[in-house]
Amino acid sequence: MKTEAPVAQAIRDKLQAAFQPHRLEVIDDSRRHAGHAGAREGGESHFNVVIEASIFEGLSRVERQRRVNRALKEELAGPVHALSIKALAPGEA
Amino acid sequence: MTDVAADPVHAFIAKTVEENPVVLFMKGTPDAPRCGFSSVVVQILDHVEAPFVGVDVLQDEELRNGIKTYSDWPTIPQLYVKGEFVGGCDIVREMFQSGELKPLLVEKGVVSA
Repeated sequence: MKTEAPVAQAIRDKLQAAFQPHRLEVIDDSRRHAGHAGAREGGESHFNVVIEASIFEGLSRVERQRRVNRALKEELAGPVHALSIKALAPGEA
Repeated sequence: MTDVAADPVHAFIAKTVEENPVVLFMKGTPDAPRCGFSSVVVQILDHVEAPFVGVDVLQDEELRNGIKTYSDWPTIPQLYVKGEFVGGCDIVREMFQSGELKPLLVEKGVVSA
Protein backbone atom coordinates (compact mmCIF):
# COMPACT_ATOMS: atom_id res chain seq x y z
CA MET A 1 0.00 0.00 0.00
CA LYS A 2 1.35 3.38 -0.87
CA THR A 3 1.82 5.89 1.88
CA GLU A 4 -0.56 8.79 1.86
CA ALA A 5 0.03 12.36 2.82
CA PRO A 6 -1.03 13.10 6.41
CA VAL A 7 -4.34 14.86 5.78
CA ALA A 8 -5.52 12.25 3.27
CA GLN A 9 -4.55 9.55 5.75
CA ALA A 10 -6.47 11.24 8.56
CA ILE A 11 -9.56 11.55 6.36
CA ARG A 12 -9.31 7.91 5.38
CA ASP A 13 -8.81 6.71 8.97
CA LYS A 14 -11.69 8.73 10.35
CA LEU A 15 -14.15 7.70 7.64
CA GLN A 16 -13.09 4.08 7.98
CA ALA A 17 -13.70 4.17 11.72
CA ALA A 18 -16.98 6.09 11.55
CA PHE A 19 -18.72 4.27 8.70
CA GLN A 20 -16.99 0.93 8.05
CA PRO A 21 -17.41 1.62 4.32
CA HIS A 22 -17.50 -1.07 1.65
CA ARG A 23 -15.76 1.35 -0.63
CA LEU A 24 -13.70 4.42 0.15
CA GLU A 25 -11.80 6.69 -2.18
CA VAL A 26 -9.95 9.74 -0.93
CA ILE A 27 -8.56 11.81 -3.76
CA ASP A 28 -6.39 14.87 -3.26
CA ASP A 29 -7.64 17.31 -5.86
CA SER A 30 -5.53 20.23 -4.62
CA ARG A 31 -3.35 20.51 -7.69
CA ARG A 32 -6.33 21.44 -9.79
CA HIS A 33 -7.00 24.32 -7.41
CA ALA A 34 -3.42 25.53 -7.05
CA GLY A 35 -3.33 29.30 -6.79
CA HIS A 36 -7.03 29.58 -5.93
CA ALA A 37 -8.24 31.05 -2.69
CA GLY A 38 -7.80 28.49 0.06
CA ALA A 39 -5.22 26.40 -1.79
CA ARG A 40 -2.26 25.70 0.46
CA GLU A 41 1.35 25.30 -0.37
CA GLY A 42 2.03 21.57 -0.43
CA GLY A 43 -1.52 20.72 -1.46
CA GLU A 44 -3.88 18.72 0.77
CA SER A 45 -6.50 21.47 0.75
CA HIS A 46 -9.06 20.12 -1.74
CA PHE A 47 -10.35 16.56 -1.57
CA ASN A 48 -12.86 14.37 -3.33
CA VAL A 49 -14.32 11.54 -1.30
CA VAL A 50 -16.41 8.66 -2.55
CA ILE A 51 -17.80 6.54 0.26
CA GLU A 52 -20.20 3.64 0.13
CA ALA A 53 -21.60 2.38 3.41
CA SER A 54 -24.70 0.56 4.64
CA ILE A 55 -25.34 3.27 7.21
CA PHE A 56 -26.37 5.68 4.43
CA GLU A 57 -29.30 3.56 3.39
CA GLY A 58 -32.56 5.45 3.82
CA LEU A 59 -30.82 8.74 4.62
CA SER A 60 -31.27 11.89 2.55
CA ARG A 61 -28.34 13.40 0.67
CA VAL A 62 -28.16 16.22 3.17
CA GLU A 63 -28.12 13.87 6.13
CA ARG A 64 -25.43 11.64 4.58
CA GLN A 65 -23.18 14.56 3.90
CA ARG A 66 -23.79 16.03 7.35
CA ARG A 67 -22.56 12.80 8.89
CA VAL A 68 -19.43 12.75 6.76
CA ASN A 69 -18.78 16.42 7.53
CA ARG A 70 -19.23 15.74 11.22
CA ALA A 71 -16.71 12.88 11.14
CA LEU A 72 -14.22 15.23 9.45
CA LYS A 73 -14.98 18.27 11.57
CA GLU A 74 -11.38 18.88 12.58
CA GLU A 75 -10.06 18.60 9.04
CA LEU A 76 -12.73 20.98 7.73
CA ALA A 77 -11.94 23.48 10.46
CA GLY A 78 -8.23 23.20 9.67
CA PRO A 79 -6.33 22.27 6.55
CA VAL A 80 -9.18 21.22 4.29
CA HIS A 81 -10.63 24.11 2.34
CA ALA A 82 -12.97 22.10 0.13
CA LEU A 83 -14.38 18.63 0.36
CA SER A 84 -16.49 17.13 -2.36
CA ILE A 85 -18.50 14.17 -1.08
CA LYS A 86 -20.30 11.38 -2.84
CA ALA A 87 -21.96 9.27 -0.16
CA LEU A 88 -23.65 6.13 -1.44
CA ALA A 89 -25.61 3.29 0.03
CA PRO A 90 -24.64 -0.17 -1.25
CA GLY A 91 -25.88 -0.77 -4.77
CA GLU A 92 -26.24 2.89 -5.68
CA ALA A 93 -24.32 4.17 -8.66
CA MET B 1 -30.82 24.93 14.37
CA THR B 2 -30.42 27.19 17.34
CA ASP B 3 -32.90 29.64 18.81
CA VAL B 4 -33.45 32.12 16.01
CA ALA B 5 -34.60 34.96 18.22
CA ALA B 6 -31.43 34.80 20.30
CA ASP B 7 -29.12 35.38 17.35
CA PRO B 8 -29.49 38.38 15.05
CA VAL B 9 -27.55 36.70 12.22
CA HIS B 10 -29.77 33.63 12.37
CA ALA B 11 -32.79 35.94 12.45
CA PHE B 12 -31.54 37.66 9.29
CA ILE B 13 -31.04 34.31 7.55
CA ALA B 14 -34.46 33.04 8.62
CA LYS B 15 -36.09 36.22 7.29
CA THR B 16 -34.14 36.04 4.01
CA VAL B 17 -35.09 32.42 3.26
CA GLU B 18 -38.67 33.11 4.26
CA GLU B 19 -39.11 36.16 2.06
CA ASN B 20 -37.34 34.80 -1.03
CA PRO B 21 -38.38 31.52 -2.68
CA VAL B 22 -34.84 30.60 -3.82
CA VAL B 23 -31.79 31.85 -1.96
CA LEU B 24 -28.17 30.97 -2.63
CA PHE B 25 -25.67 31.83 0.10
CA MET B 26 -22.48 32.09 -1.89
CA LYS B 27 -19.02 33.58 -2.20
CA GLY B 28 -19.25 36.59 -4.49
CA THR B 29 -22.32 37.59 -6.46
CA PRO B 30 -24.29 35.71 -9.13
CA ASP B 31 -22.63 37.90 -11.78
CA ALA B 32 -19.17 37.51 -10.28
CA PRO B 33 -18.83 34.38 -8.15
CA ARG B 34 -15.57 34.25 -6.24
CA CYS B 35 -15.40 30.51 -5.78
CA GLY B 36 -15.69 27.65 -8.25
CA PHE B 37 -18.27 25.81 -6.17
CA SER B 38 -20.53 28.85 -5.90
CA SER B 39 -20.11 29.40 -9.63
CA VAL B 40 -21.29 25.86 -10.42
CA VAL B 41 -24.53 26.33 -8.49
CA VAL B 42 -25.17 29.72 -10.13
CA GLN B 43 -24.75 28.11 -13.55
CA ILE B 44 -27.12 25.28 -12.67
CA LEU B 45 -29.79 27.64 -11.35
CA ASP B 46 -29.47 29.75 -14.49
CA HIS B 47 -29.70 26.63 -16.61
CA VAL B 48 -32.98 25.49 -15.01
CA GLU B 49 -34.16 29.12 -15.21
CA ALA B 50 -34.77 29.46 -11.51
CA PRO B 51 -34.88 33.08 -10.36
CA PHE B 52 -32.86 33.35 -7.18
CA VAL B 53 -31.39 35.79 -4.72
CA GLY B 54 -27.66 35.51 -4.14
CA VAL B 55 -26.31 36.47 -0.74
CA ASP B 56 -22.57 37.12 -0.66
CA VAL B 57 -21.22 35.76 2.61
CA LEU B 58 -17.82 37.33 1.97
CA GLN B 59 -19.36 40.72 2.77
CA ASP B 60 -19.89 39.80 6.39
CA GLU B 61 -17.80 37.51 8.57
CA GLU B 62 -20.69 36.97 11.01
CA LEU B 63 -22.96 35.89 8.18
CA ARG B 64 -20.26 33.61 6.78
CA ASN B 65 -20.09 31.81 10.12
CA GLY B 66 -23.77 32.17 10.97
CA ILE B 67 -25.00 30.39 7.85
CA LYS B 68 -22.87 27.39 8.81
CA THR B 69 -24.42 27.04 12.24
CA TYR B 70 -27.91 27.93 11.00
CA SER B 71 -27.87 25.10 8.45
CA ASP B 72 -25.61 22.75 10.40
CA TRP B 73 -23.51 22.71 7.23
CA PRO B 74 -19.82 23.62 7.22
CA THR B 75 -19.36 24.84 3.66
CA ILE B 76 -20.49 27.49 1.18
CA PRO B 77 -22.47 27.60 -1.16
CA GLN B 78 -25.82 26.68 0.39
CA LEU B 79 -29.10 26.57 -1.46
CA TYR B 80 -32.47 27.23 0.15
CA VAL B 81 -35.80 26.66 -1.60
CA LYS B 82 -38.97 27.86 0.11
CA GLY B 83 -37.16 28.12 3.42
CA GLU B 84 -35.83 24.59 3.17
CA PHE B 85 -32.15 23.69 2.96
CA VAL B 86 -31.52 21.72 -0.24
CA GLY B 87 -27.76 21.28 -0.04
CA GLY B 88 -24.38 22.49 -1.18
CA CYS B 89 -22.57 22.22 -4.47
CA ASP B 90 -22.26 18.41 -4.55
CA ILE B 91 -25.93 17.83 -3.80
CA VAL B 92 -27.22 20.47 -6.20
CA ARG B 93 -24.98 19.09 -8.94
CA GLU B 94 -26.07 15.50 -8.23
CA MET B 95 -29.74 16.46 -8.27
CA PHE B 96 -29.24 18.39 -11.49
CA GLN B 97 -27.43 15.51 -13.18
CA SER B 98 -29.97 12.93 -12.04
CA GLY B 99 -32.83 15.12 -13.26
CA GLU B 100 -34.31 15.67 -9.80
CA LEU B 101 -33.62 19.36 -9.39
CA LYS B 102 -36.05 20.83 -11.86
CA PRO B 103 -39.04 18.71 -10.71
CA LEU B 104 -38.29 19.80 -7.14
CA LEU B 105 -38.31 23.47 -8.18
CA VAL B 106 -41.49 22.96 -10.18
CA GLU B 107 -43.14 21.17 -7.29
CA LYS B 108 -42.19 24.03 -4.98
CA GLY B 109 -43.70 26.45 -7.46
CA VAL B 110 -40.55 28.46 -8.14
CA VAL B 111 -40.05 27.33 -11.74
CA SER B 112 -42.72 26.72 -14.35
CA ALA B 113 -42.88 23.21 -15.80
